[in-house]
Amino acid sequence: MNTKDIVYIALFAALMAVLGVFPPITIPSLGVPITAQSMGVMLAGGILGAKRGALSMILFLVLVAAGLPLLAGGRGGMGVFSGASAGFIYGWIVAAYVVGMIVERSWGKLNMVTAAGACILGGIVVVYAMGVPWLSVTASIPFMKAFMGSMAYVPGDLVKVVVATGVILTVKRSYPLISAKA
Amino acid sequence: MIRLESVNVAFDGRVVLENVTVQLQEQRIGIIGLNGSGKSTFVRLLNGLQLPDKGTVYVDDLDSQQEGRKIRRRVGFVFQNPDNQIVYPTVREDMSFGLKNLRFPKEDIEQRIEKALIAYGIEHLADRLTHQLSGGEKQLVALVGVLIMQPEYIVLDEPTTLLDLKNKRLLMSIIRDLGQRVIMVTHDLDLLVDFDRVLCFHDGKLASDGQPASVINEYLQLCDQ
Amino acid sequence: MISLYHPAQSLIHSIAAGHKVLMLLILGTVLFQVDRLEILVVVAVVVVACYGVAKIPFRLAFKQLKPALFLLAIIFLAQIFILGLEAAIFVVLRFAVLILAASLVTLTTMMSHMIEAIEKGLSIFGHWLPVAKISLALSLTVRFIPVIGVMAEEVREAQRVRGMERNVFALAMPLIIRTLKMGTEVAEALDARGFDSDDETDAKSRTS
Repeated sequence: MNTKDIVYIALFAALMAVLGVFPPITIPSLGVPITAQSMGVMLAGGILGAKRGALSMILFLVLVAAGLPLLAGGRGGMGVFSGASAGFIYGWIVAAYVVGMIVERSWGKLNMVTAAGACILGGIVVVYAMGVPWLSVTASIPFMKAFMGSMAYVPGDLVKVVVATGVILTVKRSYPLISAKA
Repeated sequence: MIRLESVNVAFDGRVVLENVTVQLQEQRIGIIGLNGSGKSTFVRLLNGLQLPDKGTVYVDDLDSQQEGRKIRRRVGFVFQNPDNQIVYPTVREDMSFGLKNLRFPKEDIEQRIEKALIAYGIEHLADRLTHQLSGGEKQLVALVGVLIMQPEYIVLDEPTTLLDLKNKRLLMSIIRDLGQRVIMVTHDLDLLVDFDRVLCFHDGKLASDGQPASVINEYLQLCDQ
Repeated sequence: MISLYHPAQSLIHSIAAGHKVLMLLILGTVLFQVDRLEILVVVAVVVVACYGVAKIPFRLAFKQLKPALFLLAIIFLAQIFILGLEAAIFVVLRFAVLILAASLVTLTTMMSHMIEAIEKGLSIFGHWLPVAKISLALSLTVRFIPVIGVMAEEVREAQRVRGMERNVFALAMPLIIRTLKMGTEVAEALDARGFDSDDETDAKSRTS
């Protein structure tokens, strides 16, 4: 961890907060608001790599817990972490790590498919794999019900995957911060 | 005294500074040159932020290759954009950053901050949030944040670029009164008229060096080419 | 930076931040062991009473619950069908109590005290954790949220002129590049001000 690593971790945590105040875009046919914040998770992993990406998510969440209203919609404080949807938020840490890990491993031959795959696997699969069981257990509702209810957000997440993939590939060409890992 | 001996710097094979040999001992030295002339790289050599690829940089006989930390203690650096230099949310906290790095005891830090805030006339800003300050106030805070560490040299990289005329004058009046040796990069040529010496860089080489009037004159001719 | 902190003079405001967090963790653990509605109701009354002690207006207390109401309503309905009315009330009330208790800690604790408490808590692990670096990272984030916020606004304005303010890629790309460039300079400034992380710095990889 040199000075630059610390700075990038902090800046991406700050970026998460800024993405949270971007006005949500509502796609009429879906009826669910899409916030840019969870795209920040994919970007942190895909641009900073596994370790720094995950650390920036932890840093962001520590500040949320400390009482800053940084989650999309102005939510914050410790209440967020005991709520029924807390699993999704904890999932961001693992998600950034997984996105980063896949991007690092495929760095030399990173293309549209591998980058998008990393975003889908980390940014969607991992997040729901943690969020849905948490919702189901803490709220005592059957897993399938919790799963189906959460699916409404997936189309929005796919839109974010498309944007994040483009950004990750462009940054790789113009401002690479990850070095290849075998 | 700062001394450069046949210094070369290249980024990705592109030569940015070529065979620069110079001794800096005057009280106030100005650095001018077109964009991309190598002047920013030159000043970054002076505090070890940039290391030479060939040649040596000595600050008071310390070699920047070996004694980077000691050199950064002696040479304070003020950047063009204070937003990138102020690292804490409040002015008082930001003042403490450099002092903590110097490992001063806590009470000593508080005392030094009080003294510096009064000495540079910014005690009214002490508990303000740094992002709510005006551009001029931010640059002042950035400068005091460096001065509080009591370096022996102050290097400033285009410190007035983002300031309006009033704040530019205020900043320059403070810089004129500094006891430290000052090395300042600027595009505002009129700020340099009472400096002791001016260096002009062109295409990575030290193109001219001497009294402000004559060097500025040569620089203006260079711009017309 | 807007914080959720609600300034007032009260017993609850004066409890140390670290102690409040500790009590909250204990409450959270205990509540999931409780299986009787009566006990839960008592806890709920105590938590609500604490809002009174802390002089927090009802409006503000309700605002803490509001974002969760929609989800709580869904859970409530689902529970009625699965386990019956009493269980539904129990589950939803438990969530409400937890959220209210946690929000109370947030509303009565200044952010700087909370961050200090975090740093103090971390210093116990000083042998294993780089506390100075973590503490710097926390401050840097708080400092740079408004800076990046202003940058985002500038990017949005620039894209609006080009009629692209709804193109997420056109908004995100310049914002990210500017953030990364800023990162290089901030790291330089930190080192110039004597931060010098423990790893020996390699100046050659830090040039712009």
